[in-house]
This record gives sequence, C-alpha cells and structure tokens, in this order.
Amino acid sequence: MLLPSPWRADFPAIAALQRQDQTYLDNAATTQKPQALLDALTHYYANGAANVHRAQHLPGAHATQAFENTRHKVTQWLNAGECGQIVFTHGATSALNLLAYGLEHQFNPGDEIVISALEHHANLLPWQQLAQRKKLTLVVLPLDADGVIDLDAAARLITPRTRLLAVSQLSNVLGVWQPLPALLAMAKAHDALTVVDGAQGVVHGRHDVQVLGCDFYVFSSHKLYGPDGLGVLFGRHEALARLQHWQFGGEMVQDADYQHATFRPAPLGFEAGTPPIASVIALGATLNYLANLDQAAVEAHEAALHALLVEGLKQRQGIRLLGSPQLALVSFVVEGVHNADLAHLLTEQGIAVRAGHHCAMPLLKGFGLAGAIRVSLALYNDSEDLERFFVALDQALELLQ
Amino acid sequence: MTLPADAQAALDSFEHCSGWEQRARLLMQWGQRLPELNDADKTDANRVHGCESLMWLVGEQVDGHWQFAASSEARLIRGLVALLLARVNGLSTQALQQVDLPEWFNQLGLSRQLSPSRSNGLNAVLVRMRELAG
Repeated sequence: MLLPSPWRADFPAIAALQRQDQTYLDNAATTQKPQALLDALTHYYANGAANVHRAQHLPGAHATQAFENTRHKVTQWLNAGECGQIVFTHGATSALNLLAYGLEHQFNPGDEIVISALEHHANLLPWQQLAQRKKLTLVVLPLDADGVIDLDAAARLITPRTRLLAVSQLSNVLGVWQPLPALLAMAKAHDALTVVDGAQGVVHGRHDVQVLGCDFYVFSSHKLYGPDGLGVLFGRHEALARLQHWQFGGEMVQDADYQHATFRPAPLGFEAGTPPIASVIALGATLNYLANLDQAAVEAHEAALHALLVEGLKQRQGIRLLGSPQLALVSFVVEGVHNADLAHLLTEQGIAVRAGHHCAMPLLKGFGLAGAIRVSLALYNDSEDLERFFVALDQALELLQ
Repeated sequence: MTLPADAQAALDSFEHCSGWEQRARLLMQWGQRLPELNDADKTDANRVHGCESLMWLVGEQVDGHWQFAASSEARLIRGLVALLLARVNGLSTQALQQVDLPEWFNQLGLSRQLSPSRSNGLNAVLVRMRELAG
C-alpha cells in the first residue's frame, strides 16, 4: 500500500536527510521543522532582534507583539480560553521542575504524589526528588498488559492522601492513550492537583484543556515541529495562584530593593530572565502552519502508517511489541537479538530510530528489558520510509539471527 | 612502531572491507573470538557504564605487559572491544599511554563508532582502560 505524505515537501530537512541516505523515524525524540518556522526565525533575526517586555523602543515593541501573539496562539491551540494562562519555559522538563519546586510548599510529610509506571524521567524524577525533600510518598500506578494505566488499581491508590496526580497523556514508549478523564476525575474527587505531561500527546490530534479539566498541562515545542529550548506550561488560574516563584531574575519582579522583592503573577512571574524569544516567535509560525492543515487528513495518514508499521512487525518472526501501541510509535525487541546490535546495523543502513531505555528506565525494567528499539512517526513520514526500514530490518536480522 | 600481530591481522581484514555487511560480519567474527570473561569478574566494580549493553573490563600487568579482558552482551560491541584489545594487549604502560586509539579505529574504518552520540560505550571503555593503566 502506497501512503505518500502530502506535507513532506513542507519540511526541507526531510529531503536533505534523504540526500544523506537517512530515513528519519525518531520523531518521538524530536521532529523536523516546517519551512514556515525557518522563515519566521530568519525574519526575526534579519529584521531586528530585541528583548521583550522591557523596552519602549520600536524593535522591542515588535518583538513583544510577536512573542505575545504566540502566547495567544498556544492558548487557542489548547483551547484554554479564559480559564488559565500560558507560561513559556525552557522545555517540558523545565516546566515540570517549575511545578515540582513551585508547589513544594503545598505538601506536608506523609502526603502522597501519584504518578504512573510509564512516566518519562521528566515526569518521574522531579516528583521523586520532591517526595524525598518533603518526606512524601510517591505512589506509582501500575499498567495493564496493553500498557494502559490500570483504573481499578488507580481507584484504590488515589485516596484522600493524594495531593497531586501527574500522568502522561501518551507514553513515549508504548504509544497508547491513557485514560485521563477517569484518572483526573479520581484525583479531583480528593481535591488533588492534576498535571498532564502532554509531550507526546500534543503532537497527535488537538486537545482541549477545558474539556480535560487538568490543572496543568505541559508540552515541549520541539516535538510539535517547533524550535527547541522552549516548553509550554498551561495552568488554570486557581492552580497557578498556588505556585510559588521558583527562578528569580530579570522581568519577573514587581519591585525590588536590596533586602526584599515582590514578584509578578503568572505568566511573567514565572519567566525569569530573557526568554527564548526567537523560539517563541517561531513556535507561533509552526502553530499557524499546523492550524492550516486538514487535521482529519493528518490523523488518518498517521493512523494508516502506524497500522502498516505494526502489521509489518507482527509479520516477522520473533518480534515482540511492548504493550499494544495504538498510534505514533512502536517499541519492540527481537528474541535472541540484543537491541544494541540491531540498532547498530539499522544505523549502518541509514535508519534513524532510537534504541535504549527511552528515558523510562523503570518502565523498561518492568518489562524485564534493558532496552528496546523504537520507531516513531511524524506527519511527513510515508510508506517508503517504512519500506526502507523493513528492508534494513530484514537485512540486519539475517545477519544477527 | 610495529603493530601487535593480532592488530596487524585486524587491519589487513578491515582495510579491504567493502560495505557495512562485510564489516558487520567481520566485527561479529572478532567478537566471537574474544575469550569469555569469568563470571567472577563480572562485578559492579568491573562494569563499564555508558553502554547500552552490559559490559565489563578487567586489566592486569604481567611482567610489565598489560593484559585486558572484556565482555559484552551485544555481539557487535564485543567485536569492537576485541579490536581494541588486539591493539593494546601486550603493551607496556608507556606504550599504552602513547597509543592513539581513535586513530586505530579510524584505520579500521570504524571511527564513527567513537562519535560522542554513540552510546555503544566504546568511549567509556577507553576511559576505563586509561584509569586502569594509571
């Protein structure tokens, strides 16, 4: 079956990679960028860079306008409406650390933080370390055989002691939507704060934070075809009001003298120092580009590619998939073959996939594995990419098996 | 400087290697020839971190000559380590400190295996070897 991507030519790096005989299938790690982003970056730097929110001069006004336009576009992208604010950070990791430090004073010894067994290190370690600092209990929700958070177990483990629930929307290893509505409802029934790690989820489909009803939603720009060095934190107004200031410096301050200072509210109060201005402006261009795509066509294309990938892997002997991936990616191991050997031979053949623990060591250990190979898709991938992957896979396995 | 006999043999075979498949086959052959480490040597202290696969390295001096032994679960990495040991085993401490190992892998056509983005652990093995040889 031939599945061309109508959006492939919008991403100039794909053709460049192809000229280097590289097939890029590591999109859950980071994505290639649309021409619209490159144009926005060039335009900003070629027409006059300036710092934002500080200067009265015209370049400063232009930069601030473009910067705030992106904030508005992200608000629309998540359909945040009037219910909350968008805070720009230096990445999803940095957004989650902001939460884990900024909410620290909300916890007392013995309180519980609930995460799940599939969390990326970015949504595990900040909470683990907070739990250690404040003598809290970190509760880990188990998964069922398909890689979905077990709701029966969650109903037992989310209790009046739960002060915060932090879960991924879509696992970067298992490629399965998590049952957020049910989980968030359980947490809210006990007045716990809710944090959704949307790093993978935001890339697939549109998500409405008002419908989700979470207190915080976090994602990173670079996985959503945007520039790197930029993360997004959405917070509901009531939840943001509970956040203490974390990083201190320029522009987050209201009034300062040598011994005391008062700070601005969100969003600027949590954007200390010069933000990644060019990246914010360029993310705006990416969102414009994405908003103009036929979303249903993108989702259908990604689903068809994913089905082709799963089917192809299942046809081959000795391949074991991790969980029951629904979309975006597949992680797998091959019986009797070390994933490092397979990764080595795929690399030799110009196939860019990821091998290893995927920043989710405890999850891999739970499968009894040290690592796995992950193939992850983007809207610009096509069936020829998968054909090249399968040819390379067969060649590699012929050598190794 | 003359190469140890094993190293010369490795150079002869890899120099005439055409294409990734032949290189992979050769690497696996070299890996198969690497003597297995005793389980007693597979301790945490001998573990080399920074590898996707479990890897151990031990080394001792016999009559002033270094003898290293290593093991890895992954076959291609075992091959890379075998090529490393072929170059360094039998050297004095002084000779070991002088040998240009990145250049050695370059001669074998395997320099990409030492790039910083590689998590195969070959760089970590080199660091550990230098530590052992003080």
